[in-house]
Amino acid sequence: MNAVVTGLGVIAPSGIGVDEFWPAVRDGHVALGPLGRIEPNPYPVVVAGEVSGFEPDAWIDPRITVQTDRFTHFALAAAAMALRDADLDPATVPPFGFGVVTASYSGGVEFGQREIERLWKNGPEHVGPYQSIAWFYAACTGQISIGNGLRGPSGVLVADEAGGLDAFATAGGELSRGAKAMLVGGAEAPFCPYAVCCQLGLGLLSPGEDPTTAYLPFTTHANGFTPGEGGAMLVVEDEESARARGADARAVVAGHCATYTGTQRFDRSAEGLLRAAEGALAEAGVDAADVDAVFLDAMAGQDADAAEAEAVRRLFGERADRVPVTAPKTGYGRCYAGAAVLDVAAAVLAIEHGAVPPTPGVRDCRFDFDLVTGAARAADIRTVLVLSRGLHGGNSALVLRHP
Amino acid sequence: MTRRVVVTGLGVVAPGGNGTKAFWELLTSGRTATRPISLFDAEGFRSRIAAECDFDPVDAGLGPAEVARMDRYVQFAAVAADEAWRRAEVDVEDPWRLGVCMGSAVGGTTLLELDYVATSHAGADWLVDERLASPFLHRALSPAALAGEVADRVGARGPVRTVSTGCTAGLDAVGHAARLIEEDRADVVVTGASESPISPIAVACFDAIRATSARNDDPAHAARPFDRDRDGFVIGEGAAVLVLEEWEHAHRRGAVVHAEVAGFATRSNAYHMTGLKPDGVEMAEAVRRAMEQARLGPSDVDYINAHGSGTRQNDRHETDAFRRVFGERAYEVPVSSIKSMIGHSLGAIGSIELAACVLALTNGVVPPTANLDTPDPECDLDYVPHTARERDLRAVLSVGSGFGGFQSAVVLTRVGRS
Repeated sequence: MNAVVTGLGVIAPSGIGVDEFWPAVRDGHVALGPLGRIEPNPYPVVVAGEVSGFEPDAWIDPRITVQTDRFTHFALAAAAMALRDADLDPATVPPFGFGVVTASYSGGVEFGQREIERLWKNGPEHVGPYQSIAWFYAACTGQISIGNGLRGPSGVLVADEAGGLDAFATAGGELSRGAKAMLVGGAEAPFCPYAVCCQLGLGLLSPGEDPTTAYLPFTTHANGFTPGEGGAMLVVEDEESARARGADARAVVAGHCATYTGTQRFDRSAEGLLRAAEGALAEAGVDAADVDAVFLDAMAGQDADAAEAEAVRRLFGERADRVPVTAPKTGYGRCYAGAAVLDVAAAVLAIEHGAVPPTPGVRDCRFDFDLVTGAARAADIRTVLVLSRGLHGGNSALVLRHP
Repeated sequence: MTRRVVVTGLGVVAPGGNGTKAFWELLTSGRTATRPISLFDAEGFRSRIAAECDFDPVDAGLGPAEVARMDRYVQFAAVAADEAWRRAEVDVEDPWRLGVCMGSAVGGTTLLELDYVATSHAGADWLVDERLASPFLHRALSPAALAGEVADRVGARGPVRTVSTGCTAGLDAVGHAARLIEEDRADVVVTGASESPISPIAVACFDAIRATSARNDDPAHAARPFDRDRDGFVIGEGAAVLVLEEWEHAHRRGAVVHAEVAGFATRSNAYHMTGLKPDGVEMAEAVRRAMEQARLGPSDVDYINAHGSGTRQNDRHETDAFRRVFGERAYEVPVSSIKSMIGHSLGAIGSIELAACVLALTNGVVPPTANLDTPDPECDLDYVPHTARERDLRAVLSVGSGFGGFQSAVVLTRVGRS
């Protein structure tokens, strides 16, 4: 892949925009708190990662705001930030050279619940005209394309968390086929009653009531993950196009690989993660020995964590206890498809700042790998590996390199 | 070196009959499978017609645990995948090189709605009671479940994902699947798409924007692409699954090769989430790029499988796109819409249409556009009204448009038996 990251737009519980997000992530700030978007909250998930202080109208035409769900508000705002960060005016890109790929897990489900309530409470004629475009998984890609005049190749992937990494491979494929720039990412807003009802059935959410101890992957206390909302959009450009316009390459999207090991069989995911990592490194043209940091999936289930630790151990062999690994998402929650994209954003920032951010809240790691806890660790980072597992069994790996 | 991609298996669950054979018989007969909605009580809805599958999951071979676990659209896909996989007779040497790429626009909406009604006491409670939910509800939230179920059936360990670009998802899934092989990320990919959107919320959605036909008194003639008297699309359901395989891989094992996936491209109109411009500039661009990949010129395409949804906007939009790409030749190439017979099954239809294209290529028959009695004067191409046509086909084009502004094109070409 000849793809370079030139812009980041982030909306996360840890902060809106890179200038808020990175210091919070670097310093291991815990942005989890009570699930306040459902009030009163009768559900056995008490702690969540919520985005606070987000004003859609600061980023989005108010006419579009009312036609779209919160997940699309996040994606549109993050896309606007990313374009600004990349200093890229879409009008300067060839007409069919700029596309969008987003990943999704739950779609516009809050908007959907309101409309489906109207249908069942009041009758079919009360369903509004925007339900058909707000609820479905393609809402973000479509709105970003329309809002920014992007007529290039576009896509929408649903592979749950892993889809957030797969989106970069899809975008990379379009760049190698002639596209000049792609907006890539995804966002989630899974906190309406019905969405929570659906997620509870996973049996994977942490029932913990204390934000500082609810989400503790890789510890003996691991008892599920804390869900989060938010996500990120990144501008990824063809390397030559970026150079020609004098843009700074922030990181190279160097390799990707995806495998599958069975729906909710995370106990079987070790080999899948390992093969995904090896495949992504091979595409990037590097070895496991070159990896300077790993961003972990951090499912926070005993079997799932053990499988991920095993994958890391087998990947690095004797070096396994010396490669820094981290899961910043314990500070802001697992944002489904947005989680992997936020990891990519954090990885780009880690490369830029020469620091591996910590895993907030986690202290007593039960595996013999080098989990970064407490404070960020300074490091010259040339190659980062990002791992992600989808709820339906996908294992994906993405390799990012220093430009 | 370019890795080429061929189709070695095909399975279909569609309105009018399950299985590839029944599907092709319906399409070549010109009969329609549109009828009054029976899947729910549609009293009070503006559009009360649909193209439904007569589908019994147990008769179709699914076990009780599968029936319980799978939403209707996943059941369709499972059955279509079983047919495709059986016909492909692939002996998988390395499951890590076997991928799955499925498409769906609205995924588990049927189960989502059923359980919403149960957990909200029919809309009374905003704070739904999760204790009343089905144990499988979480699988309905994300259509990743669709690809996962198919992957489990065939034992895939390679890349597995769902593509959800609205109504182009069925074309895009196959396009993405082909790329997984071209890019050497897999040797075999089971691909296709499925949808079961005939539920109150989906029907109400399209009522709200008046996209669907309200010809409730004459459902058999309601889907009328390119006809002057059309009034929108008829919602449908179904699934199609194709087994794609790298060319050498297929030939080495002596597989029956049905067609080559020779080109794919998608572009966006960046115009409107549901509306289409009168011009088809972006669709034309997608078609050109797909033909370029296939190394075909305008004179090489023998049949165009149109999006042909039967909305005024669409029919004029794509007719313009075809004129842009093919020029005078546009008037000589047969163009037809099988949505006239089996309705518009949203994310599934692109794959179902590709299945029809494969069958058209291998049988040398162009399926017709049913109900085309009086062409819209703005739509002046040869839309193959009413009756199927025998024709030697070497290359066919299938196009689609979707909410979100997506415009996609896939080119299939005929290949000989190995």
